[in-house]
Amino acid sequence: MAKVLVVTSGKGGVGKTTTTAALGAALAQRGDKVAVVDFDVGLRNLDLVMGAERRVVFDLINVVQGVAKLPQALIKDKRLENLWLLPASQTRDKDALTEEGVGKVIDDLRSRFDWVICDSPAGIERGASMAMRFADEAVIVTNPEVSSVRDSDRIIGMLDSKTVRAEKGERVEKHILITRYDPSRAARGEMLTIEDILEILATPLLGIIPESQDVLRASNVGTPVTLSNADGAPARAYIDAARRLCGETVAMQVPTERKGFMDRLLRRRAA
Amino acid sequence: MSMGLLRLLRGNKASAPVARERLQILLAHERGLRGQPDLLGVLREEILAVVSRHVTLDPTKVIVRLERGDEVSTLEVDIEVPNDFERKKAAVA
Repeated sequence: MAKVLVVTSGKGGVGKTTTTAALGAALAQRGDKVAVVDFDVGLRNLDLVMGAERRVVFDLINVVQGVAKLPQALIKDKRLENLWLLPASQTRDKDALTEEGVGKVIDDLRSRFDWVICDSPAGIERGASMAMRFADEAVIVTNPEVSSVRDSDRIIGMLDSKTVRAEKGERVEKHILITRYDPSRAARGEMLTIEDILEILATPLLGIIPESQDVLRASNVGTPVTLSNADGAPARAYIDAARRLCGETVAMQVPTERKGFMDRLLRRRAA
Repeated sequence: MSMGLLRLLRGNKASAPVARERLQILLAHERGLRGQPDLLGVLREEILAVVSRHVTLDPTKVIVRLERGDEVSTLEVDIEVPNDFERKKAAVA
C-alpha cells in the first residue's frame, strides 16, 4: 500500500528539504519505490539538494494543469534505481496548486510508488496546506529552539484539522524529527532537551539528527546525506528514522558530546 | 577554567528551562484560541460599526490593542477622529 508522507515544520530553515532527500534515499535503498515531491512553488530547492537541478524539464504545476503527463515530469535519480523526483515550478504562482489538481497527481503517484514524500514549503499558506492535504503520515522537522517548537505545534494543529484524513475523522500519523541537535550545547543547558520538546508537542519521536558538517557538505555536492557519507552520524540517524517509518523497532541513538583530545583543547582555549 | 565554573562565577543559569516554561505557557494559550473566531477582529468591526453611526471616521485610524497581564488584561481602543467631523456631518445632513 502506497503511503503519502509530508515533511513539514512551519518554520523555514529547519531542514525539511534535507530530510526529504535523506529519507527518500534511505527508503529507496531499502528497495521501496519512492517519489519525492517539491511543493515549494516559486522557491524550489529539492532538485538542487538531490543534484538534479540541470535535468528539470516539467514540474508539479505542469502536471497539475495537464500540460505534462506525470511520467514526463518525474526525474529518475542517477544513483538509486528506485528514487524519483517531481520538482516544483520556479516561475509559477502557488495559487496554481488547486486542491482537485493536486489530489489527482497524488492519486496517480500512489498507484506508481510505495512512498510519496511531499516536501512542504515553510509557512502555513497554500503551498504548505496542499503539501499536507492528502498525507497519511507526517514528519514534523523541529529544531531544539523556541520558535521552531512553537511553529511545530501550530503545524500539528493543522495536521489534526485541515487534512483529508482529519476531515474524515481519521488520524494522520505524526512523528517528530529533531534536527540540528547539538549535544554539547544540550549538556550545558543551553538548548531545549529532547524530553522537553516531546513533552510540549506530545508527539512521538522518529529520530534525532545531530548538527553536522556532513549536511552542508551533502547539499553542496547535491547528494542526499545518507548517500554522501553513509557512515556519518546524520546519515545513520536518517537511515534509522527510515527503518522506523517502515515499522521496524530501532533503538534511539541520542547523539552524545564528542570528547576527543582536540575538542577538549579547543574548549579550554575558548573558555 | 571549565565552562561550568565560568558560568558559576558569572552567575549565568542554563537558559533551556526558561525556554521550556515560556513555551508551555504560550502554547497552552494558543491551543485554546485555535479554531476560535478572531476576537480582536470581531471587536474591531463591531466597535467601528457603532462609532461610525455617530461620527465620520477613517477605518484605518482605528486601533484595537489587547495586552495580557497575569492578573488582568487591558483592551485599548484608539480611534482617531478628525476635528471637523461635526461640520462634515452637518454637510452630509
